[in-house]
Amino acid sequence: MIIVLVSLAPLFLVSGMILYQFRVSYQEKVYDHLGELIQKHTQNIDSFLKEKLADIRFLSETFGFEDLNDESFLRDRLEALQRDYGAVFVDLGIVNERGLQVAYAGPFKLEKAIYYEADWFKEAMKNRYFISDVFLGLRGLPHFIVAVRDNWKGREWILRATIDFVAFNALVENIHVGKTGFAFILNTGGELQTKPFQDIKPNKKVYMHFLKKGEVRGRAINVVAGQDAFGKKKIYVSTFLKNGDWMMVFQQDSSDAFSDLGKTMNVTIVILLLGALGIVTTALVLSRMMVNRIARADREKERMNEQIIQTGKLASVGELAAGIAHEINNPVAIMVEEAGWIEDLLEEEEFRKSQNLDEFSRALKQIRTQGKRCKQITQKLLSFARKTDPRVQDVQINDVITEVVELSAQRAKYAKVTINTRLKQNLPLLKASQSELQQVLLNLINNALDAMEKNGGILNISTRLQGANFIIEVSDNGPGIPEANMERIFDPFFTTKPVGKGTGLGLSICYGIIKKMGGTIEVMSTMEMGTTFIITLPAKGARSTSPARPEETAHRGRVEDPRVPGAKLTSGAVT
Amino acid sequence: MKEKQDHLTAPVRLLLVDDEKGFVEVISKRMSRRNIQVTRALNGTEGIRALRGQDFDVAVLDLKMEDMDGIEVLKIFKKIVPDMPVIMLTGHGSEQAARDGIQFGAFDYLTKPCELEDLIRKIQEAVGAGR
Repeated sequence: MIIVLVSLAPLFLVSGMILYQFRVSYQEKVYDHLGELIQKHTQNIDSFLKEKLADIRFLSETFGFEDLNDESFLRDRLEALQRDYGAVFVDLGIVNERGLQVAYAGPFKLEKAIYYEADWFKEAMKNRYFISDVFLGLRGLPHFIVAVRDNWKGREWILRATIDFVAFNALVENIHVGKTGFAFILNTGGELQTKPFQDIKPNKKVYMHFLKKGEVRGRAINVVAGQDAFGKKKIYVSTFLKNGDWMMVFQQDSSDAFSDLGKTMNVTIVILLLGALGIVTTALVLSRMMVNRIARADREKERMNEQIIQTGKLASVGELAAGIAHEINNPVAIMVEEAGWIEDLLEEEEFRKSQNLDEFSRALKQIRTQGKRCKQITQKLLSFARKTDPRVQDVQINDVITEVVELSAQRAKYAKVTINTRLKQNLPLLKASQSELQQVLLNLINNALDAMEKNGGILNISTRLQGANFIIEVSDNGPGIPEANMERIFDPFFTTKPVGKGTGLGLSICYGIIKKMGGTIEVMSTMEMGTTFIITLPAKGARSTSPARPEETAHRGRVEDPRVPGAKLTSGAVT
Repeated sequence: MKEKQDHLTAPVRLLLVDDEKGFVEVISKRMSRRNIQVTRALNGTEGIRALRGQDFDVAVLDLKMEDMDGIEVLKIFKKIVPDMPVIMLTGHGSEQAARDGIQFGAFDYLTKPCELEDLIRKIQEAVGAGR
């Protein structure tokens, strides 16, 4: 768990920071972009309005009231303007100071229309140049008016032009960004001056907020992120135009404006999640592997401990035996010598006539014989036990085998097993621990005797030199090992002997010892035919002509015994 | 028959150094019947003292004794009388010590327990070689 947390925390922190920074800078970029866009369009619209105003001013200043008062002339001027600018100018009209339209050119019947009460007229009378808000007016269609006031013979007159709403609206309508971005214009009262792309309620708090905030009425661009009536996140960009009378508002859904950012975020989050998943999986797998390895190591250690205990047991039994043998040797020797002394004395004349002389002699001879037997037993015990230590020394394999076979002779007799040895003479000495080698051989012989106990049999033990290796073969003609058990016979605690009889450690210890010596132990078995154990020991360091090479040792594991055709070979080979 | 022949020649003077008292006693009795005159020593120190006091034809030395290491005793013997052959007795399994002894000038060794006949034969060999 800690591993997962430790590896995930920096990942999330770093990605979070990068994402945040990216988001902020992307947002800034988007805002800047939108701001620029709006400013550009605002300038366009502003200059459009100024241009129209300038045209009208030009008309009034150039021709004056007298010319323009002539409706046919006025119609000519309108046509000229429409030629130049298309249908932007809808009509032209001359309004006198009392609000009466004295001359009119255009599609509507507005001659003699009275504008005295109209807002634009009031404004136009106050300002020399005036551009009105969009309104319906007398004609009932949205439009706005550009008016220029002038003086003719001391009387005020106004030249006014109607600007086509559709043409003007197109300027704003053309502003489209993404799928949801559009612009519209509001007047100071929050009324729409253009027809927005989407139906919106103009009297919204957010717009009013801008309008109030826009006291400066400068060219400043406000960018605000807010929510609309439906709780949808939006970006609002606003700026003032027409000297602060109108406000251009651009709005776009945040999700649309930041669609690229959103995509990037999604990809990043997916990568992040995949990475996290990878880390979690790796952590779990690694920790499980580690736990398994530790468990395996523990088992191995346990097995080693068992082996050490077993070996230690054998060693202490050996020491005990050696001690006893030593202690018994001397009294036995004295007894035998004392018997010999009596024999010596019996040779005196006085005893020669004794009728029991023969019986004395027989008894003494028996004492000597049994003494000798004791001596043999202690000698065997000693030779087995004297070096229950792992010290490596020069060992003559054949001698070890002979010793172990002698030691097993009694058991073999009871098991009706004949032990044959076929030992290659003049083998070089092997550098090994004699007691360990004894242990291995004794284990193999005991196993073979156990296997053949029921029906008796023959146990062949042979040695030979093959290349740079010693080969020891222990071959019985017992019942064989079932195939199912072949793979496991070297496993510790694997035993087929009845409970309490076998520990299942014998072959495992053999395997361990041979492995330690750098050799291999293999087994071949055929049911009802017998089992053969083959020990291969490198003769390195021995007085052999060629030193063992590792490759040779490795290949030897595949040798099939020609005497047992089709025999299954299990290799305990160690490289 | 053998004994009668032995009686004709001068007895062999043997120094037997062994800390097993029962063994030394019975061996010396049996040897005396075979024309070997045994002087007993139950440890290395006694052996060295005896050797300083009189001459011997041969010595039999147990390598495993309580007071001194047999090899050390052997070295001292060889210093006092370099010509006297020394036969070593070793326990089974400590032949290496005996082989070491031969390096230090011992005549030969026998493993204990050994047959009296073998020991006597070895003694005669040693005396024959020494004389």
